[in-house]
Amino acid sequence: MQSPINSNEGFNRSASRQLAIYALVAVGAFVLLMLSLNFAASLTSTSTDGVAGAVDVENNEITAYLRQDPPELNTMGAADAVSGIVLGHVMEGLLRYDEHGQIVAGLAQRWEVNGDTATFWIRENARWSNGEPITAHDFEFAWKTTLAPSTASQYAFILYPLKNAEAANNGDVSIDDIGVRALDDKILEVTLEQPIAYFEKLVAFMTFSPVNQAFFESTNGRFAAEADSLLYSGPFMMTSWVHGASVRVEKNPYYWDQARAKLNAINFAYVTDDTNTLLNLFKDGRIVQVDLTAEMLEGAMQQRWVLDRFMDGSVFFIDFNHREGRVTGNVNLRKALLLAQDSNELVNSVIKLPGYMPAKSIFPMWMQGAHRTLHEEYPPPEAPFNVALAKEYLEKAKQELGITQFPPIVMLADTSPVATISSQYYQETFKKYLGLDIVIDQQIFRQRLAKMESGDFDIVLAGWGPDYNDPLTFGDYYASWNLNNRGRYFNARVDELVRIGQNSLDNEERMAAFGEIQQILFDEAVYIGNYERGRVYATDPRVKGILRRAIGAESDFTNAYIDVDGQ
Amino acid sequence: MWRYTLKRLLQGLITVWFIATATFFAMHSVPGDPLSGERASTPEIRANLEARYGLDKPLATQYVIYLENFIKGDFGISFTQRNRQVNDIIREHFPVSATLGILAVMFAAMGGVLFGALTALFRNRLPDTIIMFMVILGISVPSFVFAALGQLMLVNINDWLGFSILPVAGWGTVSHMIMPALVLGMGTMAYLTRLMRSSMLEIINSDYVRTAKAKGLPAERIFAKHQLRNAIMPVITVLGPAIAAITTGGFVVELVFAIPGLGRYFVQAVQQLDYTVIMGTTVFYGAFLVFMVILVDLLYGWIDPRVRLQ
Repeated sequence: MQSPINSNEGFNRSASRQLAIYALVAVGAFVLLMLSLNFAASLTSTSTDGVAGAVDVENNEITAYLRQDPPELNTMGAADAVSGIVLGHVMEGLLRYDEHGQIVAGLAQRWEVNGDTATFWIRENARWSNGEPITAHDFEFAWKTTLAPSTASQYAFILYPLKNAEAANNGDVSIDDIGVRALDDKILEVTLEQPIAYFEKLVAFMTFSPVNQAFFESTNGRFAAEADSLLYSGPFMMTSWVHGASVRVEKNPYYWDQARAKLNAINFAYVTDDTNTLLNLFKDGRIVQVDLTAEMLEGAMQQRWVLDRFMDGSVFFIDFNHREGRVTGNVNLRKALLLAQDSNELVNSVIKLPGYMPAKSIFPMWMQGAHRTLHEEYPPPEAPFNVALAKEYLEKAKQELGITQFPPIVMLADTSPVATISSQYYQETFKKYLGLDIVIDQQIFRQRLAKMESGDFDIVLAGWGPDYNDPLTFGDYYASWNLNNRGRYFNARVDELVRIGQNSLDNEERMAAFGEIQQILFDEAVYIGNYERGRVYATDPRVKGILRRAIGAESDFTNAYIDVDGQ
Repeated sequence: MWRYTLKRLLQGLITVWFIATATFFAMHSVPGDPLSGERASTPEIRANLEARYGLDKPLATQYVIYLENFIKGDFGISFTQRNRQVNDIIREHFPVSATLGILAVMFAAMGGVLFGALTALFRNRLPDTIIMFMVILGISVPSFVFAALGQLMLVNINDWLGFSILPVAGWGTVSHMIMPALVLGMGTMAYLTRLMRSSMLEIINSDYVRTAKAKGLPAERIFAKHQLRNAIMPVITVLGPAIAAITTGGFVVELVFAIPGLGRYFVQAVQQLDYTVIMGTTVFYGAFLVFMVILVDLLYGWIDPRVRLQ
């Protein structure tokens, strides 16, 4: 087509010149902008060196990451794992767990538990990070404030073994009646509702940390909101907290045991839970440790990285709805489901995440019994995959329920990748072997909890993590009064056994009770074990002594040190 | 012009109120609430919590209280980031998102106009083909892929060079911003390139360009004064919403590059059902978007008086 005036011709060269000028101006303006931005950033940024390495030998510092911004650093309410990591470094209570999971003295120099009273003698040289002494009053204040109804602490229940604690938390008695009292500045006396065998293990939990009343009141409701609105009792203290970006802890000069912390500082300089980003940061030498997913393993081996694994403590399992009118209340249906699946297959062929182990019991494999692990003392009964038997149970269930065909079974799960593939595995497996229709109902975490609470499910992919290092933290899950027993399972004998676990002072008797609970739950197919969560991780070879564990702050860098020759 | 401005602002206000109300009721109709945790609370602890956050009152009362506070500019305290005001969250993290967003838009606008003009000038020739191929890539590949690729590229470049030319992730200096901004601006840049190209081509054959040529104006003057200026109009139209979209939509990039922007808090809040943060960020983002659209409308009316008359 011929246009009257060919507009494309004759202006290419000059237009190109125009464009070149335009581009040049643009680039110039851009460089100027970057320079001014850099200047602005240097005014506001806390660190001058934005790209520090993972290990700073000269200053004896290391750099790590956090999965998210710590949601709550107020020990009276904190409950989540990320806050736990930070608090594990900067806070210490009367007692703590050592590297082997054993209870050792923290701020308490010594302690005695006699029946329903416990007495703690606080160290003379126990000091807050501002130099003021830590007193028994700080503990009394913290524990009573946690239990005050107006505080609305979600972890108040962990203090319930104290006398009148539950009643005070419910507003029935005054918080002055709670069984904790400072006899003088250094002696704390605790009265319990009744003697319990695991009280020391509870005291190591972060909710039992001290809080200085005068300081607390001076923050005007902004306690623990920033790095400087909190006092620290642990080996480190937080010196900087840029929300969503970084946390920096430095050695606390007033901590009583100066030899404990080897590093001068730990920078949690990155806040993200993107596994690939963290791997890239590790590859680039920016962080000292990274968790690996299955697809990263091969590369890590080729690089000859220092690899290690640990169990993070949590157990995941299928929980059933035992409420009236639910088919899952039928024991034979549950047995059929139990026999028609294989947790080994789930872990090894479906989830395929390194470090994950098939769950054999609601009690995790690392949990200590009276002398050895609970699994060694009371081996979990196993139900080998058996379709023929499963079908028999299914027929029995049909007869008992008086139905010829099962209605679709609703499986509630949350939206995590592992929950997604796990639910698909069960859907396919139960369809293939038992001809059952499973309807997957995926919900975000809190909506899953809400639906569990209201009983709006048949089976649910649930999980449980420990609060303290005693089998009771898992063992009371199916007690009829336990609000976490959201399927409303009830068995009078289990309740009885849980009471023994709570009240008996004889550890062997307690473990026998847990062993029997394990057997009953198996016989009635109350849950189907999925997996115990573990992690495989790579560590910078120059850093030693990083602690990863099921109970307490995880990861724990308190004992970590730099060993440049160690590689 | 004043009447027009006032009218647009009033419409904007109503839109924001509508967003706030719709979000409020939609949020409360979702099963679950921010107070439920893995560890079930006793009814008493729950009652304490509900009283503390005012969730024990009827929904209508909560709505009224919410609107009152909203007018006062107080969005309340976060449920999951305990002890933090939603206002603080917005104040601390929006500037980060905004800085990143502005940089990304600058990348996008400069690149888009430049490449768009280039493709129009070299229509159906090699540079055009190459750039348009890249444009299709830029539009169709989602930003999280670009983010992951960009980061991986940096790791390899740093490894190959033996020193860090740009940081892999994190926030704090300008060097931290470059790669995320590039990644974030990629989609918009591609879109603007295409827009600029078609707009340029349309104008090349328009009457006033022909007239300008007939007058004997030099070609570069025609290009700069008559073509570029007119072709840029549609680009400005989309730029306003694009700024808002980029500033608010950087969630994935913020996550991948570990940047403490508001986008992450916004998405996290929805996952955690953190009522106050959801409300605060949604209304803030909504108002921001509405404001940008109004601004563009006003700007458009100022550049091209014909718009005002319609």
